[in-house]
Amino acid sequence: MATSRISSLLSRSFTSSASSALLSSIGRNSSRRGGIFRYSTAAVVEEPINPSVDVNYTQLLINGQFVDAATGKTFETLDPRTGNVIASVAEGDAEDVNRAVSAARKAFDEGPWPRMSPYERSKILLRFADLLEKHNDEIAALETWDNGKPFEQAAKAEVPLVIRLMRYYAGWADKIHGLTVPADGLHQVQTLHEPIGVAGQIIPWNFPLLMYAWKIGPALACGNTIVLKTAEQTPLSALYASKLLHEAGLPPGVLNVVSGYGPTAGAALASHMDVDKLAFTGSTATGKIVLQLAARSNLKPVTLELGGKSPFIVCEDANVDEAVELAHFALFFNQGQCCCAGSRTFVHESIYDEFVEKAKARALRRTVGDPFKAGIEQGPQIDSDQFEKILRYIRSGVENGATLETGGERFGKEGFFIKPTVFSNVQDGMLIAQDEIFGPVQSILKFKNLDEVIRRANATSYGLAAGVFTQNLDTANTLTRALKVGTVWINCFDVFDAAIPFGGYKMSGHGREKGIYSLQNYLQVKAVITPLKNPAWL
Amino acid sequence: MAAPRIFSLLSASSTAASLRSFGRYSRWGRGSSRFSTAVATEEEPITPPVQIDYTQLLINGRFVDAASGKTFPTFDPRTGDVIAHVAEGEAEDINRAVSAARKAFDEGPWPKMTPYERSCILFRFADLLEKHCSEIAALESWDNGKPYEQAANVEIPMVIRVFRYYAGWADKIHGLTVPADGLHHVQTLHEPIGVAGQIIPWNFPLLLYGWKVGPALACGNTIVLKTAEQTPLSALYASKLLYEAGLPPGVLNVVSGFGPTAGAALSSHMDVDKLAFTGSTGTGKIVLGMAAKSNLKPVTLELGGKSPFIVCEDADVDKAVELSHTALFYNQGQSCCSGSRTFVHESIYDEFIEKAKARALKRVVGDPFKKGVEQGPQIDSQQFNKILGYIKSGIEAGATLEAGGEKFSSKGYYIQPTVFSNVHDNMLIAKEEIFGPVQSILKFKDLDEVIRRANATHYGLAAGIFTQNLDTANTLTRALRVGTVWINCFFVFDAAIPFGGRKMSGHGREKGIYGLSNYMQVKAVVTPLKNPAWL
Repeated sequence: MATSRISSLLSRSFTSSASSALLSSIGRNSSRRGGIFRYSTAAVVEEPINPSVDVNYTQLLINGQFVDAATGKTFETLDPRTGNVIASVAEGDAEDVNRAVSAARKAFDEGPWPRMSPYERSKILLRFADLLEKHNDEIAALETWDNGKPFEQAAKAEVPLVIRLMRYYAGWADKIHGLTVPADGLHQVQTLHEPIGVAGQIIPWNFPLLMYAWKIGPALACGNTIVLKTAEQTPLSALYASKLLHEAGLPPGVLNVVSGYGPTAGAALASHMDVDKLAFTGSTATGKIVLQLAARSNLKPVTLELGGKSPFIVCEDANVDEAVELAHFALFFNQGQCCCAGSRTFVHESIYDEFVEKAKARALRRTVGDPFKAGIEQGPQIDSDQFEKILRYIRSGVENGATLETGGERFGKEGFFIKPTVFSNVQDGMLIAQDEIFGPVQSILKFKNLDEVIRRANATSYGLAAGVFTQNLDTANTLTRALKVGTVWINCFDVFDAAIPFGGYKMSGHGREKGIYSLQNYLQVKAVITPLKNPAWL
Repeated sequence: MAAPRIFSLLSASSTAASLRSFGRYSRWGRGSSRFSTAVATEEEPITPPVQIDYTQLLINGRFVDAASGKTFPTFDPRTGDVIAHVAEGEAEDINRAVSAARKAFDEGPWPKMTPYERSCILFRFADLLEKHCSEIAALESWDNGKPYEQAANVEIPMVIRVFRYYAGWADKIHGLTVPADGLHHVQTLHEPIGVAGQIIPWNFPLLLYGWKVGPALACGNTIVLKTAEQTPLSALYASKLLYEAGLPPGVLNVVSGFGPTAGAALSSHMDVDKLAFTGSTGTGKIVLGMAAKSNLKPVTLELGGKSPFIVCEDADVDKAVELSHTALFYNQGQSCCSGSRTFVHESIYDEFIEKAKARALKRVVGDPFKKGVEQGPQIDSQQFNKILGYIKSGIEAGATLEAGGEKFSSKGYYIQPTVFSNVHDNMLIAKEEIFGPVQSILKFKDLDEVIRRANATHYGLAAGIFTQNLDTANTLTRALRVGTVWINCFFVFDAAIPFGGRKMSGHGREKGIYGLSNYMQVKAVVTPLKNPAWL
């Protein structure tokens, strides 16, 4: 029950049978708003709502204990609604990463974790999921406070998805099979799928706890130990959750959490000679640096989940209202801060004008405001850097001659809110059609035929995801194969099931997370060969 | 029939079938000299029974000169004489080759052909390789210096086997349908990546060509392959046959050339979708850095090793000596996975040393075209000098030189089979990849100790274990941080067995079912599900 609710909340697919459930979905919260303000009214001048949670954990988590940074330094994590300080958090640096790696190394080389039966590991993960469920609302409140995303989204979609992922990977822990291998000659051959060792994991700020789960779930299920670096913008939820994971029975040192910055803690982790594997989610530029640090140090294998500029293709047979709603959701979800956001809305020329009108109207209806308020669809952007960057992209769109249909400026007077923005007449050569904006800015482009839209959709160095909106099976099949992306959502978007692999082609990344494919990121294959004497069969 | 023969030849497992294995060629070596008598290579080199017809670059299905018109000589390691002048590919040639491969992938028939048609072409290729096995083996021996019998009876048959193996995969690449929580129908497609850049080394030129080209073609990719400058010949010959078998133009492009020019251009190319490299760890790091700095193409790496060969106390010493000898000396010691740290239990150490020394002294070194020769010359003067440098360092560091230690013959790059005993973990010869006929024997007391010492290296490619005790075998198998564990055998390179390294020995696995994922992208396809009969 819980799970189908989650995916309907998150996915915005247009199934008739699910349509009643969808009325309460994130993208349509506007339909049941009560007393909340549209972006055109400056709701956020009201006092921010007080989050109903205490910030109890702000230190580094090393070897099962909360400790200060070696330097004693802290940094401030800010409330994106106001820019005010939420808490001061221990600032991990190279020395702290060293301590954390030592703890993880010892926990892997000597500790009980990889020597525990997979069933025992599985039970710890299941208990963790139960504890997360019990503390769902506190964790969601921390997430919203630190990140600015709507509380309802965090509490009803994201944290439940984290729980779902932990149960998913708990179920994998005791189902990791090697193969027996048919050889040509007199040899018995098997493969063992072994844990790699110490995994370094670096996660971003846009879905802090969800990315935490995508990373630690498979790593733990496969028997590895971890040093996780959170984003400096959003350190809080991972500390809280990791406390629960230790309560669930995780041995000390198996998961170490270091809050800190990329150039210090992140670089130390990526370059560490005693880290056996690295997983990074973030920008393509940083991913390239991280990979080079791994290459120059000990050649640890790296999985990368990077940026995107995903096409959302609305074909001529589309029901325009449904397409507008889905395209709106595909871009604006999470304040537009999704690596797989449908940030190039390609619309067939036959329905283009109607689509633009309705997309504009939908954006105007989007409810922006305090993310703790019920019915709010859009909160503030994460911080002033992103806020300024997005506004620069909007200016560049205007200067390049795209038509600003709505939005285009900040919303309210404090915090990092931006009005839902729609550009039409966007051309492929414009920056807003090429770069990842990572904000609430929809770029609508016109196309004539399939070959053309395939060519244009693929003409990017990214290849993360694509949306296709059509009822025509042949069109869907043609586009599905032709688009060079890791995920194709047809008549749906942002469906993040635990079992569905996610990852990029081209400069959107290496490897796949979630699903059966993600296990191999945390396993080494060992071939074991012996001679075979007097075999009954070959 | 052919396949089991290959294995027994290569694996030197102590079975009846392996009486004819390479490690034991000495038994039927007739008239070829042992290394202690330095006469064999003073004879005139045997003339290889093959002509060199292909020395140009192979781009878009045609043999062409390098854009610069430049050539480089490829040498006979027996003498250091020039075999042929080969077109020298550089950045511009790589660009041409990538354009051809790009076009063949984006527009050409190859990825749009049915998998069965691709499979048929690969099967026809295997048949042609079989028909020309002797010529190809002769080219391989001539260019590389490896024993002709090894090339003709083991390696080329294995290349043929690898192509039949991957031909069989071409039409069996399945995606998955995926159980989702909600009302969604989910499937995954396993798609070709696109243009694959492949860089192969000189130690097993055509075998590694098989490991690289086989899975890439089976999965529907197109290729730009750079061969090693020491051994460009066999890949050109084989690729000609692949086109005869029906490969469309541009699907496989072969560029001969050097690493810093052609190799770097391929690694940095913005239009190459995937890179596979086999070579040294030092170069692998550079290659990966170039991929990271350019377009983030995913990279598989198969790099160096310093693989332990562990002889436990219950070992039959004669068999252990023979197997550890093969594990190190095979292919003139030029194998990334050679068992280059021979750990021997103290209870049998002295006996083992005596016999290992005697076995090395029996090793037949000479003209690789001569029947019964076990060991030919090293690949080139650079390697030759490097190996002699390591031997000097072993002596200076205080290891005991039991046999060999010098060059063999007055010309060419022959080195005497060399055995060191009393080697300690911190000596250079126990730490670095020598890539030559130098066996380092170390003593150990108990399992925990040997596990710790065997793992105390940045490498993690392979390990050999010699024991009859099942518990010992299981304990070591799990504890050793390596990609392959050979128990009572070594160098078993079945097409179905995955091969690759942990730690700084590489990324990914080649061969077997695991080798396919290097050449595929996974695409998740999700649609809503209306009125499903089941979930």
